[in-house]
Amino acid sequence: MTLSVGIAGIGLLAPGLAGWAQAAPVLAGRVPHESAPLTPPAPTLLPATERRRTGPSVRLALAVAIEAVQDSGLVPEELDTVFASSNGEGQVITSILEALHTPDGAISPTQFHNSVHNAAAGYWGIAVGSSRPSVSLGGHDGVFATGLLHAAAQVVAGGQAVLFVAHDVPLPPPLDALRVTTEPFAMALVLVPGPGRHGSLRLAPQPGAAALPDLPGSLVALHVANPVARALPVLAALAGGRAAALDVPMLEDARLHLDVVP
Amino acid sequence: MPRLRITAITASSAMGVGLDAMRSALHGRQGGLTPCDLAGMPAGIWIGRVRAAEAIAPPAPLAAFACRNTRLAELALRQDGFLAAVEAAVARHGAARVAVVMGTSTSGIEETEQAWARRGDGADGALAGYDYARTHDLHALPRYVRARLGLAGPCVSISTACTSGARAFLDAGTLIAAGLADAAVVGGADTLCRLTLHGFGSLELLAKGPTRPCAEDRDGISIGEAAAFALLERAGPGDEGALGLLGAGASSDGHHMSSPHPDGHGAVAAMRAALDSAGLTPAQVDYVNMHGTGTRANDAMEDRAIAHLFGDAVPCSSTKGWTGHTLGASGALEAAVAAICVEDGLVPGCLGVDRPDPSFTARIAVENSAARVDRVLSNSFGFGGSNCALVIGRLP
Repeated sequence: MTLSVGIAGIGLLAPGLAGWAQAAPVLAGRVPHESAPLTPPAPTLLPATERRRTGPSVRLALAVAIEAVQDSGLVPEELDTVFASSNGEGQVITSILEALHTPDGAISPTQFHNSVHNAAAGYWGIAVGSSRPSVSLGGHDGVFATGLLHAAAQVVAGGQAVLFVAHDVPLPPPLDALRVTTEPFAMALVLVPGPGRHGSLRLAPQPGAAALPDLPGSLVALHVANPVARALPVLAALAGGRAAALDVPMLEDARLHLDVVP
Repeated sequence: MPRLRITAITASSAMGVGLDAMRSALHGRQGGLTPCDLAGMPAGIWIGRVRAAEAIAPPAPLAAFACRNTRLAELALRQDGFLAAVEAAVARHGAARVAVVMGTSTSGIEETEQAWARRGDGADGALAGYDYARTHDLHALPRYVRARLGLAGPCVSISTACTSGARAFLDAGTLIAAGLADAAVVGGADTLCRLTLHGFGSLELLAKGPTRPCAEDRDGISIGEAAAFALLERAGPGDEGALGLLGAGASSDGHHMSSPHPDGHGAVAAMRAALDSAGLTPAQVDYVNMHGTGTRANDAMEDRAIAHLFGDAVPCSSTKGWTGHTLGASGALEAAVAAICVEDGLVPGCLGVDRPDPSFTARIAVENSAARVDRVLSNSFGFGGSNCALVIGRLP
């Protein structure tokens, strides 16, 4: 079964990949990738009280979401959304776990409501004033492929545009030893029925694990440093404006085959 | 959304293990909440604990998945002929055409909580003795169910707080509509853990006794645990009158992270979307199973939202008095409750409610009644402003 969707907008934030305009020539291999520390930007779309409460994973998600939507020219509050993250806001979870194991075990109510996996989606809804449906997914190492396939299914089934956002940041200790994520990475695509200004994707789930992709220079290391960075081969093909046939990992025994059509 | 038959459905919660036990609890008005006897939890609260799950182990090849959430999921999968029903679906469609879509809010985080409590004072603070990816991680639940049932289709973990289990039904419908699967095992599991009990405690939302949704003097939530699963397939000719997922709808509040919009705009939008997708008018709904958590704010908001669409024409109630609020599993658990209501012709009244809130204008049922129930609207609302409504009933 193959699904086809267009790409109307792209957002990207990762070390050395500071937005699509800066990142595209790097991903296309025209400019070398130079890794630089990434500070998740404060979400100016949110009122100050809400803004202060957002953690790094939510901030990355909101930044790439708005970049992709602005790139698409579509109206943010009219888009259904699919958010995907394997780790969620690890900083909040870790801090709650720490507090639960202190003598009084009391935790902060704000941290508790920020601990939900759909926190990024909730803040997006508040930021743009959206009442459109939104779903938040996990997916472990296959989070990018799982989320992308899900968002594409929504576009095909519903016949309307969907904002897809994938975001992950490193977990704080001690969870970092059990779930290794060493760099932050977030990307967003506005997917539409029919072709989009960045081309199209054909998606087909297939059995069997995905092989490691061919990527230039330090992007190889970034690719394995964050589950969302499994998007890099797709982003590289889009940046180069070249057709490509790619496999991205979904599960130990399943992959997502993608044809990138410029 | 395509016409979807619910070929099999099962649930295990404090109300009972499997549908027969749930039926007798519902008809006999026997709730499953008990005073909290788990260590390290807030004082003076009641919980919906499923003791029968605690001795269950996953099959040996899947032993690494062992955790409180997996044990409860495994217990639930063994009830009501569910394993055999999925096996038959695999024979009909092929394993690659059966998707797994599971909702959970906290997955097996209880395993991490235990490991955290075992950390040595002078050591490096490392957590040990469990498989994070197969327990704590959100994808652990659908990966377990997929491996346990021998499925090979798409595998999705949904975590939208307390709408997760309902969203699993909606999202599986999307995968089937898009052509990625012919059938889906959907549902959810969430289990008691410190994070959620202390979390709702920090918000001062926990009831001092068993929760009494819609009561005039209701005082909050009782947290419960549950696992519930359904097998959805495209309905065919001859399925008229069979149990089905008739519609599903969702919305976002875009208002606040933990408080619903007081007028219930998001709730109204989700219910309306579910009715639209089912092609139904409010008058065609026979019973509304409320989210009804028992908090002052949720129940008042939900009453306004229901009254906005249904007036006082349709009986509505929350069944969380039996089970507690089972969070990310509640939408799936209450889909099983809806199935029983349809099959048995039952409108269950809220449990333990002497006097419904006199300010409510929807028709709150506080006693059971027998009635023809062909269509149930089931509500789920969650933090982050997530709303989802399902319509479960007899296929036209």
